[in-house]
Amino acid sequence: MNTENTIESPAAAPNQARADFDRAAFLKAGVILAGAAALGAVALVTSKRTRISNEPTGEASVRQVPGLDSVPVGRDSDPLLRMQKELARAMAKPVKQRHWMMVIDTRKCVGCHACTIACVAENKLPPGVVYRPVVTEEIGRYPHVALRFTPRPCMQCEQPPCTPVCPVKATWKRPDGIVAVDYDKCIGCGYCITACPYNARTRDAGEFYTEQTPALQPYEQQPNFEYGKHWKRQGHRSPIGNARKCQFCLHRLEVGMLPECVTSCIGRATYFGDGNDPESLVSELAAKPNALRLLEEKGTKPNVVYLI
Amino acid sequence: MKKHWRILLWVLWLVVAALGIHGFASRMLEGHRHANYGSYIIWGLWVSAYIYFIGLSAGSFLLSSMIYVFGVKKLEKIGRLALFTAIVTLFMALISIWFDLGQMFRAWRMVTSPNFGSMMAWMVWLYSIYTVIMVVELWMAMRADLCRWQSLPGPKGWVGRALALHRGPLPPEKERSCQHWLKVLAIVGVPLAIAFHGGVGALFSTLSARPFWHTPLMPILFLTGALVSGGGLMAFVVAALYPHRNEEQRQIVAYIGRAVLGLLLFDIVLEWAEFSVPMWYGVGHEYDLLMRVLFGDFWWVFWVLHVGLGCVVPGLLLAFRGDKVWSVGLAGLLIAVTFMTVRLNIVIPGLLDPHLQGLQNAFTDHRLVFWYVPSFFEWQVTLFIVALGTGLFYLGYRFLPLTCPSTAPTPANP
Repeated sequence: MNTENTIESPAAAPNQARADFDRAAFLKAGVILAGAAALGAVALVTSKRTRISNEPTGEASVRQVPGLDSVPVGRDSDPLLRMQKELARAMAKPVKQRHWMMVIDTRKCVGCHACTIACVAENKLPPGVVYRPVVTEEIGRYPHVALRFTPRPCMQCEQPPCTPVCPVKATWKRPDGIVAVDYDKCIGCGYCITACPYNARTRDAGEFYTEQTPALQPYEQQPNFEYGKHWKRQGHRSPIGNARKCQFCLHRLEVGMLPECVTSCIGRATYFGDGNDPESLVSELAAKPNALRLLEEKGTKPNVVYLI
Repeated sequence: MKKHWRILLWVLWLVVAALGIHGFASRMLEGHRHANYGSYIIWGLWVSAYIYFIGLSAGSFLLSSMIYVFGVKKLEKIGRLALFTAIVTLFMALISIWFDLGQMFRAWRMVTSPNFGSMMAWMVWLYSIYTVIMVVELWMAMRADLCRWQSLPGPKGWVGRALALHRGPLPPEKERSCQHWLKVLAIVGVPLAIAFHGGVGALFSTLSARPFWHTPLMPILFLTGALVSGGGLMAFVVAALYPHRNEEQRQIVAYIGRAVLGLLLFDIVLEWAEFSVPMWYGVGHEYDLLMRVLFGDFWWVFWVLHVGLGCVVPGLLLAFRGDKVWSVGLAGLLIAVTFMTVRLNIVIPGLLDPHLQGLQNAFTDHRLVFWYVPSFFEWQVTLFIVALGTGLFYLGYRFLPLTCPSTAPTPANP
């Protein structure tokens, strides 16, 4: 036995006590930190693997909607009639088997902004909120200019950068491809708004177009029906303060109506349908060689396709 | 402090508080209507204030850990002051970000249904743990003095009786136990403070949609910034509020001053990298944004407030007058206050300019623009937070044993 280790000089005793004190503290702190790190890892993995929404996905999601059965519709019919028929066909499938897509033919867009305004009217959008602006680019110098118009709805990305950032699980990608927001859960932090490279999300600041006029107009006080619910904007109630975005007029789809921007397009430049249906108009158009998606380099895999 | 200075400071505080209360009432009653941020520039002054205050908190806390973890004797007497500063600035940060929420009263959802895939959820949880650790740490550091205060008349006696959770003088074994757990918590706090403040940087830098923020350097830049600004604040606090104007104070202040100078120089190196790399060849989206920071309408925010008053003047003061209390205190104050411009120049430029050129002309609306200057209302709310924070700090300074450390034996001298 080595006696040197057991005999300590009086001067060494305080140092030994200090070292023991430090060692015990570091050990306890190490155990706490290791435990916390393990808990954190479990929380992270669990959050990544948990499905956020509890909306029905099976037979309960099937809808029998009017499909224009008495109207003969062929490949040469008006696109709106064809899309209406295809919509009914898609809604008869469970939500998991649908894959909503939009195709915008920029060669047909005249920049009338009818879709923007129809969307504002349909969703009762207040100041500061817009779901489908038409981006206008001017090429050349005035007066020798050409204009290019690019309507920009939400891209309903396959890899949405906006959903994983939400701190409270208030936004998620549905099985049919639509990126949804639960206004009752959203805390309005704006993180998802910063995460979208298309600027497709906006925040409702609680304003009204007619609030500085003699009377707040009734059209601004009507409820909207986004996500199939009844949302009346007043006081601090949702959707005031929330992030808002285009949802392909989900509430209209559920009752067999095409999105408002599609039906209001004066040039038949916007197409909508089920990308999982190989016979659908959107499948046909999205496969054209002149199809492209916006900001493809961002890796978001948009479900809105542009024909150029 | 001379009486007329004290009166002047009180008047100033009352003016700030009055303006702030008006802003606070307006925020609570009318929401975001009077704010100038919109749907495209969604984050503005309050988010900048949040990352600014959180940086001050992390910096002050890490300074306190030099004492409780690494045993830097020279700073022993300001440990509690640093902890309390960290608590107050954290409180100010959380209030700032709370005001920015669209639905303020749903903030609790971050606790009840967090998405741990989101950096923001991590922030909230880490802050909560950090707050608990700091409060318990401070209490343990003060407990022996709180016990001693119990016999004093007036508010100090009340505070001692209310907070000590023990009647009479603290037995040595309990005091040792307090010191032990104080050290344990301080050790736990160091990686926690690094994680959460690096995490605030990651909150921005993980967003691939924003090339201005999307750089791996961002979390490191946030950490260094926290140490510089928090260190600067502590230099000022110790220079202004240390109870004794003696050699001991001069040495503490000079020590912090040297640390802050080193950190400031390191921060400048990082900042050089942050600016020079994307700008070198003069091409690209990030280059355009940085040009607006350097030579846009708000060039003076960068050059005058940040470079001039935030780096050059304090750098010179610390380098050539680093042994004088007033000059280190002034340098610390300048660094701490002007660091807000660094935060503003991170948050706002990151949101300027859409990827889709022409979006700014697509829909005419005052909230759908890529231009932002904080409104008077936003400044008012920020003043409210400043008044609240300074008021709280004053109360703590007056009624807590923050500057008179215990003289009880330590485990090294049992």
